[in-house]
Amino acid sequence: MILRELSNAIGVSSDEGAVRQLILDAIRDTVDDIRIDALGNVLGVRRGTGQVDLRVMAAAHMDEVGMMVFGYDGDGGIRFRAVGGLDARILPGTRVLVGPDRIPGIIQWVPVHLNADTKTVPIERLRIDIGAANREAAQSATEPGDLIAFDSQFTELGPTVRGKALDDRAGCASLIALVQGEPFPFDLHVAFTVQEEVGLRGARVAANAIRPDVAFVLETTACHDLPEDPDEPDQTTITQLGGGPAITVADRSMISDPRLVRHLVRVGEAEGIPHQFRSPQHAGGTDAGAIHRSRAGVPSVVVANPCRYIHGPHSIMSLSDFENQSRLLRAAWMALAPSVLER
Amino acid sequence: METLIKKLAEAWGPPGFEHQVRDLIREEVAPLADAITVDPLGNLICRVGDGDARVMVAAHMDELGVIVSHIDRQGYARFASLGTLLPGTLLGARVRFENGVIANIGVENQYTRRRDLPTFDGFFIDISQDADGSAPVQVGDPGAFVREVVWRGERVVGKALDDRLGCAVQIEAMRRLKEQGTPHTVYFVFTVQEEVGSRGARPAGYGVEPHLAVAVDLSPAGDVPKPKDAGISLGGGAVIKVRDTRHIVPAPVKNLMIRRAEERGIPYQLEVMTMGTTDGAEIQLARAGVPTGAVGIPARYVHTQSETADRRDIQAAIDLLVAILSEPVEL
Repeated sequence: MILRELSNAIGVSSDEGAVRQLILDAIRDTVDDIRIDALGNVLGVRRGTGQVDLRVMAAAHMDEVGMMVFGYDGDGGIRFRAVGGLDARILPGTRVLVGPDRIPGIIQWVPVHLNADTKTVPIERLRIDIGAANREAAQSATEPGDLIAFDSQFTELGPTVRGKALDDRAGCASLIALVQGEPFPFDLHVAFTVQEEVGLRGARVAANAIRPDVAFVLETTACHDLPEDPDEPDQTTITQLGGGPAITVADRSMISDPRLVRHLVRVGEAEGIPHQFRSPQHAGGTDAGAIHRSRAGVPSVVVANPCRYIHGPHSIMSLSDFENQSRLLRAAWMALAPSVLER
Repeated sequence: METLIKKLAEAWGPPGFEHQVRDLIREEVAPLADAITVDPLGNLICRVGDGDARVMVAAHMDELGVIVSHIDRQGYARFASLGTLLPGTLLGARVRFENGVIANIGVENQYTRRRDLPTFDGFFIDISQDADGSAPVQVGDPGAFVREVVWRGERVVGKALDDRLGCAVQIEAMRRLKEQGTPHTVYFVFTVQEEVGSRGARPAGYGVEPHLAVAVDLSPAGDVPKPKDAGISLGGGAVIKVRDTRHIVPAPVKNLMIRRAEERGIPYQLEVMTMGTTDGAEIQLARAGVPTGAVGIPARYVHTQSETADRRDIQAAIDLLVAILSEPVEL
């Protein structure tokens, strides 16, 4: 399963090379005009049948959240900073791989014997232990600026899978499956983007290059369907695992084009493909935030896999949601016509 | 103008869902514009004249709104804001959804914590219709506030004067230019999604590719009890922006506006805004950059449902805009 390889590959924002190679190998046979742009995005065209005259862009991001080496303490502890949105509460005790040599380490924590303080330790005060005896030893194994990834292996758990970086390798895997299938009525311009997690940087230039009429972003999004207190009336789950791919109506970066939302819902209902709306209440943005404001503007929408424990080392995603993400988009693209965008 | 303002301000158009306002404006400007287009994000772009210089004028169609984030277990709609809502404006407010359902906003612990100003998370929308619990709205549905426009002497009071007053000013300026002509190609743009971060303005600027741009929006007035900035007052005339948090108006643009105002005896006041910005901040960044200024209409209680402005200032804003657009521009 290419999802396994993609999840296990390490590609913290700005160092997406390993992920890019897997994707290039997977799409080479069906995608034309493949190129790697100046920022490292993979761009290409899946030729269509030519029945529909629309420039359609589909994007998924290759990068994952992680950390970066920031400095050293005399005792060999490595100071680090977040790359992308990390939750300091889950970091202590987490296994990590540091730098290009993948030096194994662990984010230190105070033993339970001493730990009277239950407050979260901010990232600035956490350190990574790679077993170095002193500053010199830590410095000889790593250097400032080295990227740090979660050390975690993809696992199948029955109807769900667990792994790191499902955000957004699951979107990448869906997009690969889509371009490997039957051609669409239009040329599909694909973009596997870099540096989404640090501010949608790859997507903006990818959209400038592609100049799409319409854009679809394949994402992975948060899911909190096992809240601490299920009786709390105001509890919100964002999405439900197994409820189908989540269509974004609005998030912090974009209000989806209502015509595209309607199109996806209509096709999903007609074809019996499960889908849900992502709750608009919560933080988060996607590449669509940059794409829809590119050039003279691009009607855009996001379809995302619900994912528990996202931005952590062990996210859990439903395989049926994942499969329905590409099913819903395939059906929506087969039915896409300029009339969908009429006002 | 009174009828136009009432019609526009009472219309429904939360950010990203401006189609009803756009339809109203399109109808209004159809006899006034030489060409009308809607761009990919929904900005309405109306061309008047065919001179050498392209001048873009922009007012936003959207207004503050809400969007349903989930229906809680008791059947209340919880919501996120579309734009910067002030919590103090919510309790008891009414919102209308696109399907016409009007619902009202309540707050948790209304009686037990009545002295506290609630935080945003405590509010909910009562969408109940009867005892059977069926919800007339669903997750993702946008809503806008309901409040009628009233005139009190020279004052106009209503929701969404931000920025339907700007839209009305542009329409009235179009009417005048239609009669008297313009040496420029003027693009009157009615933008989308200003309240969520001026997302429509830069793409509109990319499409229009103007040589000069002017944003038309409200300017918060300081002539209220305990103002933070005392600069702008109702009845003091049209506002010429000097700077705001994301936009420093190039001196030649600002000076051009001042010159036109003085030539024609149009009352004006200069604005140094320390909170907020307008579409102008984004338009100036389109393509290789656009010299951009802004004309403001002084308003009290901006972002409440009783924004208050003055007829004479609205007239001055129209006059100033017409003055800028009807003579050659030398920067």
